[in-house]
Amino acid sequence: MTTTALVRRRHRTVPYIARRTFIHVGLVSAAFVMVYPLLWMTATAFRPSEQALIEDSLWVPQPTVENFVQGWNAVGQSGFGVFFLNSFIVAGLAVIGNVLSCALAAYAFARLPFRGRKFWFGLMIGTIMLPIHVLLIPQYLLFNALGWVDTFLPLIVPKFLATEAFFVFLLVQFFRLIPREITEAGRIDGCGHPRIFIRLILPLSVPALTTAAAFSFIWSWNDFLHPLIYLTSQSNYTVPIALSLFVDSSGTSNYGALFAMSLLSLLPVIGFFLAFQKLLLDGISTTGLK
Amino acid sequence: MIDTHGHAAAESARSETSGASGRPRRRDRPPRSAWTESQRTTAAGYAFLTPWLIGFFGVTLLPMLASLVLSFTNFSGSFRTVQWIGFENYRLMFTVDPAYWQSVRVTFTYVLVSVPIMLIFALTVATLLNKGIAMLGLYRTIFYVPSLLGTSVAIAVLWRFIWGETGLLNNVLDLFGIVGRSWIGHPDTALLTIMVLNVWTFGSPMIIFLAGLRQVPAELYEAAALDGAGRRKRFWHITLPSISPVILFNGILAVIGGFQAFTQVYVVSGGTGGPAGSTLFYTLLLYQRAFGELRFGYASAMAWVLLLIIGAATAAVFASGRYWVYYGDER
Repeated sequence: MTTTALVRRRHRTVPYIARRTFIHVGLVSAAFVMVYPLLWMTATAFRPSEQALIEDSLWVPQPTVENFVQGWNAVGQSGFGVFFLNSFIVAGLAVIGNVLSCALAAYAFARLPFRGRKFWFGLMIGTIMLPIHVLLIPQYLLFNALGWVDTFLPLIVPKFLATEAFFVFLLVQFFRLIPREITEAGRIDGCGHPRIFIRLILPLSVPALTTAAAFSFIWSWNDFLHPLIYLTSQSNYTVPIALSLFVDSSGTSNYGALFAMSLLSLLPVIGFFLAFQKLLLDGISTTGLK
Repeated sequence: MIDTHGHAAAESARSETSGASGRPRRRDRPPRSAWTESQRTTAAGYAFLTPWLIGFFGVTLLPMLASLVLSFTNFSGSFRTVQWIGFENYRLMFTVDPAYWQSVRVTFTYVLVSVPIMLIFALTVATLLNKGIAMLGLYRTIFYVPSLLGTSVAIAVLWRFIWGETGLLNNVLDLFGIVGRSWIGHPDTALLTIMVLNVWTFGSPMIIFLAGLRQVPAELYEAAALDGAGRRKRFWHITLPSISPVILFNGILAVIGGFQAFTQVYVVSGGTGGPAGSTLFYTLLLYQRAFGELRFGYASAMAWVLLLIIGAATAAVFASGRYWVYYGDER
């Protein structure tokens, strides 16, 4: 803001102000177009269902929560309570798994000059670019052979094995910045690697770990393909699968309820983003996480 | 790269004992005193790397190789009937299956059209935001949130209603007296709606561009301004070359992501790739062949060709970078 003020003082000419105004008008209209669909979805979720699709305005004269009540109980015998619980279990465990396993691997890559490190690090980086479709079918056959289909295990176990290399990379970048002297002091005090890792590295890396945790949650929460393949019985569905089922079966045309549940399904993601905004945006700037 | 063997030498002998004391070890090892410092570090390195190694071999490398092997078979879920059929899957794909080429066309159109547009949007908005604009944080948030939600089913559901026959877009067009149609239901425009969805998620590359723009040294602009270079000249001759590595990076990320688009297409087209195959993305056809028709061998072949396509596209973008990416030497 202070730089803005300085620049303004220097350029208080008419063309300058005109250009600024022009830019602001452009940005505001672009931003409005960008968020309009989201606002419309929100308005529609609170509108009486029979007006759901005929209204385009964002103004809801008589907001109702009826859509939420209906949507919550709408699909099958389970209802969205179960789907949300499933999603929270899967995403919660994905967070724990990703953070733990990726931090362990990142510590090795960033702080331990072990033999073969460069070789493995190169392979790890290589897996970032690998399209998941190459792994999809054999993984499915493997998990099917283990009897894991229609359980959460295929969605969770890989996360405990540091398979999302983006997070390893993110944490490596961060761990490398921790000053050598700090861990050196730990060594002189007689700490082994496990203790240095737990007592020094992890506490000093809370921002990076939080970034990884938040992205991990959001990706897992939004994931559609894997639950689609692995979850077969309705009581195991996660929210995205339930929503897509809802669309296909909505000859019922209860659009209000559909929008209400769609809106609810976005809230955890938006909540995580707002809570960790700065960390997430920094994380993207440095590593290109989505 | 930061670690050196000098560090390894500084590690005290006590350290490993305290960490390992009382813990069962996976394999027998010689008495601790016989270990050199670097051996100890190596042991610790592999111990920390164990979960990743299991994941790398079990969930990544072996499945990858299995997928390659499967692609030469007619595997359909039963090991009793499986046969080695050589390149038959690839032959079918390239010379017989019209759906395959349709999916290639759709996917390439999507990537070649929507990725550049998305990047241009991202760069334009990032440039505007970089001018010390007020409320930068708010703009950043508003532009970024769609890319966070873009791959969710909820947004795909919303898209179906925005671009539908009686959807939001047509209602807006109505105000201008334009008669719309079901954009999603028409083969000519269905793909367009998914491309718009992709462009809508320009926030994530925008954030990366913003970070890049901040690195451009202000002296360059000042010097150019003294030389009388106008706004446009400065953009073309300073901004663009300075952030060309970031453009390359964003381009590669977007291309890799673009080839793998799935959720939006699946939900918008109800899993069919319709109307008339106009949204039959590569990944959707692969999914149908594998999990709809249980043609795991064929789908594996498709997956390997996708891997090669993505590899080739990435390499091509990289190689083109020789001509337009500028890594400043004097910085």
